[in-house]
Amino acid sequence: MIQFDRVSKRYPGGYEALSDVSFLIEAGEMVFLTGHSGAGKSTLMKLVALLERTSRGQVIVDGRNLAGVKRSGIPQHRRKIGIIFQDHKLLHDRTVFDNVALPLVVAGIGHSEARRRVRAALDKVGLLDKERLFPVVLSGGEQQRVGIARAVVNKPPLLIADEPTGNLDPALSVEIMKLFGLFNQVGVTVLIASHDHRLIRRLGKRHLMLDHGRLSDRPLHGDGETFDG
Amino acid sequence: MAKASMSGPTVFGRLGAWAAHHGHSLLSTLGRLSRAPVATAMTVGVLGIALALPAALHLVVDNMRALSNSWESALHISVFLKPGVRVPEAEALATTLRARDDVGSVRVIGPDEALAEFREQSGFGAALDTLRENPLPAVLVVAPPAGITSPGALEPLRGEIERHAAVDFVQLDTQWLQRLFAILAIAQRGIIVVAVLLGIAVVVTVGNTIRLDIQNRRQEIEVTKLIGGSDAFIRRPFLYTGFWYGVGGGLTAAILVAFALFAVEGPVARLAGLYGSGFTLSGLGMGGFGALVGTGALLAWAGSWVAVGRHLDEIEPT
Repeated sequence: MIQFDRVSKRYPGGYEALSDVSFLIEAGEMVFLTGHSGAGKSTLMKLVALLERTSRGQVIVDGRNLAGVKRSGIPQHRRKIGIIFQDHKLLHDRTVFDNVALPLVVAGIGHSEARRRVRAALDKVGLLDKERLFPVVLSGGEQQRVGIARAVVNKPPLLIADEPTGNLDPALSVEIMKLFGLFNQVGVTVLIASHDHRLIRRLGKRHLMLDHGRLSDRPLHGDGETFDG
Repeated sequence: MAKASMSGPTVFGRLGAWAAHHGHSLLSTLGRLSRAPVATAMTVGVLGIALALPAALHLVVDNMRALSNSWESALHISVFLKPGVRVPEAEALATTLRARDDVGSVRVIGPDEALAEFREQSGFGAALDTLRENPLPAVLVVAPPAGITSPGALEPLRGEIERHAAVDFVQLDTQWLQRLFAILAIAQRGIIVVAVLLGIAVVVTVGNTIRLDIQNRRQEIEVTKLIGGSDAFIRRPFLYTGFWYGVGGGLTAAILVAFALFAVEGPVARLAGLYGSGFTLSGLGMGGFGALVGTGALLAWAGSWVAVGRHLDEIEPT
């Protein structure tokens, strides 16, 4: 589903965020991306969503080499990916329903069909009773679940999440991660950037660790456990 | 993978959704504008004034043209015959002139008739009574055919008539009319210049307003780009916003012009009355109204295109 082949990313100014990174994530996998802050996790996510372009190497997503995707093709590419952010990126002047419906409106899905899918997505994240509220009155965990509903409403084959539990307490974090597990069970490929090593260990999924822009095979916090996919 | 793949709606479904989205954008942008009434009113007011000025000037020139056209119907050559030429001879000359293509009608005013007219209009009745004989010559009033509008076209006819033996002199008093036409032509050019400048002002005003709007909605644009909103999708509400500004500006301009017209209508009617003329000011009419609103919408749309083209690309999600 996601293949990085000797990918480097150098930002203007010379800072190299990723160096010679290669890995393969199969369709249907759930993979965690870990590493200290500034290790390049966000950059890697951005390359997948075409928020940035590689300096060297190739990124292939869903069988498509992203180097061949022109500017005009970027929206179509992003519609195949559900993106979840640490800060939710919800629109605060719109209701929960309208926030979740946005990807469907953008994709030109008809009103009744959109309504059905939005309610299905809200039902999955357990927020069906809050569809008329504005995001501002929701708790942090609820806002993140709205963000997840928005990411999955268009049934994308790939979900990527950048520190989705960064602002949440442990109990809520587990809940959110379980939600990602549920989507993974129905065939969605999931890539989550997180520094919550304890949580990742508990879930027992494969992880990739970045260290100063390079993939590292060091185990998490040196406690001897390995998590090979 | 199969379970998670995107299901594609039908072509008709997409088309319907596309039309619905356009309709929704059109109404939601109007709703958004109405939720900020003061800011919207100020922008629309500026556009209205900018559009009203050239429209009003155009109306002034149009009315003067209509007025001078009614004077053109009075465009004629006065042919003064030599003293001693009798009415039958004058009638004979009139008949020859009537046969010509460049003559519409000829009226013969005999000396007696001319004297009676003069007596009535000049107020010198008592003085005229002291004259022993009528000093006035017979006069032919030659009018061009209906199609002739410019005084210059009458010059050849005037020359020919002047050479006739019975003719004393010919008067074609059109120089003032020609000057008026020249002034109107200059005024019209001036209006074009003013209209172009104010049109640019409309484009720039709307462009700047939309630029601010884009900056205020930066987050919304970023999120929309993140979830796969196309450039056209993101552009649309801003273009419709510009469109509404233009329509609002055009309507305001039409109201301002109507108001100005109403203000001068009374005095103009009184002036026309003093000249014994039934002249009334003509307003914009349906065509002019449509042109004003349409021009406003078009210019404002163009302004928002400029802003959108310049500033939307700058906002990329990070």
